[in-house]
Amino acid sequence: MSSNTLEVSMYRYNPEQDKFPYMKKYSIEKPARDIMVLDLLHLLKEGDDSISYRRSCREGVCGSDGMNINGKNGLACITPISSVIKKDKIELRPLPGLPVIRDLVVDMTQFYAQYEKIKPFLQNDTTAPEQERLQSPEDRAKLDGLYECILCACCSTSCPSFWWNPDKFVGPAALLQAYRFLADTRDLETQNRLEELSDPFSVYRCHGIMNCVSACPKSLNPNKAIGEIKSMLLSNKKQVIASDGVR
Amino acid sequence: MNNSTLAKDIKTIEFDALIIGGGGSGMRTSLELAKSGLKTAVVSKVFPTRSHTVSAQGGITCAIGSADPDDDWRWHMYDTVKGADFIGDQDAIEYLCSEGPKAVFELEHMGLPFSRFENGRIYQRPFGGQSKDYGKGGQAARTCAAADRTGHALLHTLYQNNIKEGTNFLNEWFAVDIVKNSKNEVTGVIAFSIEYGELAYLKSQATVMATGGAGRIYASTTNALINTGDGLAMALRAGFPAQDMEMWQFHPTGIYGAGSLVTEGCRGEGGYLVNKDGERFMERYAPNVKDLAGRDVVARSMVLEILEGRGCGENKDHIFLKLDHLGADVLNAKLPGICELSKTFAHVDPIYEPIPVVPTCHYMMGGTPTNIHGQAFNRVNNIDSVVPGLFAAGEAACVSVHGANRLGGNSLLDLVVFGRATGMHIQQELKSGGGVESATKDDIEASLQRLNHLNESSSGYETAPVKKELQECMQNYFGVFRRGEFMEKGLKELDEIRDKVNNLHLKDKSNAFNTSRVEAIELQNLFEVAEATAIAAYSRNESRGAHARDDFPERDDDNWLCHSLYDPISKTISKRDVNFSPSQVEAFPPVVRTY
Repeated sequence: MSSNTLEVSMYRYNPEQDKFPYMKKYSIEKPARDIMVLDLLHLLKEGDDSISYRRSCREGVCGSDGMNINGKNGLACITPISSVIKKDKIELRPLPGLPVIRDLVVDMTQFYAQYEKIKPFLQNDTTAPEQERLQSPEDRAKLDGLYECILCACCSTSCPSFWWNPDKFVGPAALLQAYRFLADTRDLETQNRLEELSDPFSVYRCHGIMNCVSACPKSLNPNKAIGEIKSMLLSNKKQVIASDGVR
Repeated sequence: MNNSTLAKDIKTIEFDALIIGGGGSGMRTSLELAKSGLKTAVVSKVFPTRSHTVSAQGGITCAIGSADPDDDWRWHMYDTVKGADFIGDQDAIEYLCSEGPKAVFELEHMGLPFSRFENGRIYQRPFGGQSKDYGKGGQAARTCAAADRTGHALLHTLYQNNIKEGTNFLNEWFAVDIVKNSKNEVTGVIAFSIEYGELAYLKSQATVMATGGAGRIYASTTNALINTGDGLAMALRAGFPAQDMEMWQFHPTGIYGAGSLVTEGCRGEGGYLVNKDGERFMERYAPNVKDLAGRDVVARSMVLEILEGRGCGENKDHIFLKLDHLGADVLNAKLPGICELSKTFAHVDPIYEPIPVVPTCHYMMGGTPTNIHGQAFNRVNNIDSVVPGLFAAGEAACVSVHGANRLGGNSLLDLVVFGRATGMHIQQELKSGGGVESATKDDIEASLQRLNHLNESSSGYETAPVKKELQECMQNYFGVFRRGEFMEKGLKELDEIRDKVNNLHLKDKSNAFNTSRVEAIELQNLFEVAEATAIAAYSRNESRGAHARDDFPERDDDNWLCHSLYDPISKTISKRDVNFSPSQVEAFPPVVRTY
């Protein structure tokens, strides 16, 4: 193979036509300049319009185009092909562990269900002031590294614990959001939030494998957030024991 | 769906209120309605947090009096009227600026993680066109921010609160066309599930077009790939007018080559533009506020620098945005997202090097004309009257608060203020017994026609090349500067493109996540918006706000202190009066606009 050809191997599956998924090879002239994997997909789709993938913002903030690129989860729109090409080859697969709807498009129902389960909204039943609730810059800084999540699912679908128990283990993305609300000084439901996470699966199925950290295209650290939740659960348990006397 | 689908073959799903679009305006409308207990559904072609609101960076401009306790919504109103080059409706701008603080505080109460000042109040930064004391008191810091990810924070907060209130979401459903009854009232839309291809008539007493902009009519745009003007195009196809379509904002700082937005907040925090000589050229064009003049003014100045040979780079075809003097601490704390985007798409770290930027299509000031309650109107026999059942909000609508040029930070405010207002109005209307009569099978069939035509196609044009042709045509003939003779050429090209757009060949007829079908329909939508833009631009023989004519370089208040109203049936422009009747303040009369 000449060195100015790029070989793209892509996971293809159309439920109306294919009994089984298969890998299809595309040869394409190497672009003159470095382009993103999403641009590469656009080029391929111009030649074969049956290729299906999600995309929207094309700048890494909407979270649509999470996929598995040469074995690693990432966003196609902010992954330069130069960073992933191996021996003039790129392999594109859907995010692992979720049902495939078609080609690179996965069914994210389970992922969103876990997100909804952690009640991802501020809970504060006190009467709101006429203006904003005050929050110090220091308290606000506690939300940095948490609120920026774009729900792309790159982390949760790289997590073996999530692959095993997608229905019971909340998964790194939703746990990051769980901690975002636990850490918010304006939220008053800390106790209930912790109780809902205290079963053996929701949080404790995390074994610190850290795939989530290496997969996150926004450089967030779900593992650290999960650690924080675990220590909150622990000190909460101590408090419960203390107030109950015996347990 | 089949190649040819009849009305009797599809199911009807009924709601009280239907919102097309799951961005900021759509989800603010749905939140209001879901709280009221009405059966509300949001139809979104992407999962809601993938909507383009997510890309908004710098902030939401509003006189909440945090940076300056003496700030006044009337000053914000003055700035907005002036920024709009005096064709923004002053009743609507008054509503935007006076109701704004309420809407922003509500967002904070919902949990939006605003950045904060030391005293715990919401952080506000300076933005272009914002002044104190009606332009006499210097630069105002009025733009409320969550770092440089305000749109992301806002959109996620709204989605989260919609989950809380139990809004129905039809995610990855694509609305195709409006359904009308015999009285020309809107009774819902035809839509299909992208995932399965299931086709349905979504019936509703109130249909809100909250489908955002259509920046993809241009080759170079900050807009997401999904910004294809679907709602506006549906309204145009249904025969309803569009207003001020010649008014497209070119944002001064799109990343050269990539188009990604670099927030005006960069200049608000102290960054500035330089030409190839390192000269801070905005000092010449806008001596008072320099880099924080209106976006139209800054964009035109940049293009002039490039045209006069003072552009940067090998081809002298861009400008540098200098930020390094702000220091790593400020950049990391206030503009972290920009540092990330710049490294990814421009391969420069703004801590050390300037970002190459170029004016890039950013925002559609025009849209479906509405009043402050979101009610769309139509003009029949020279009389404007409300279209029962049809509403619009956000970028898809033209209320009009942005007139000929939108100020930075005003779009997010527009979304929440008018999303909320639209929701409140629909609630009131439906609870007092308002609504529309049902459509017949024939009415529904009429709305299936376009989709059937596409599904039946066995030959014709491919979508991708036609889309490129359209985008190049708009970029070449209807960009930052416009001239009559060039636009005539552009209009001729558009005539040829229309024929192709009407005869697209959909090769892939499958039902499961068929993005080719979606993209073909989106191209047809883009075309409707592009044609309205071209005809409106060719008609307005003056320069005002974002609309700059080489051949008519002056503003002409005698003839053009008015909205343009595009009638999609006759494809002609008529004039519509601008509202100069705010209720709480005296109207601001037009004056020469300088910065």
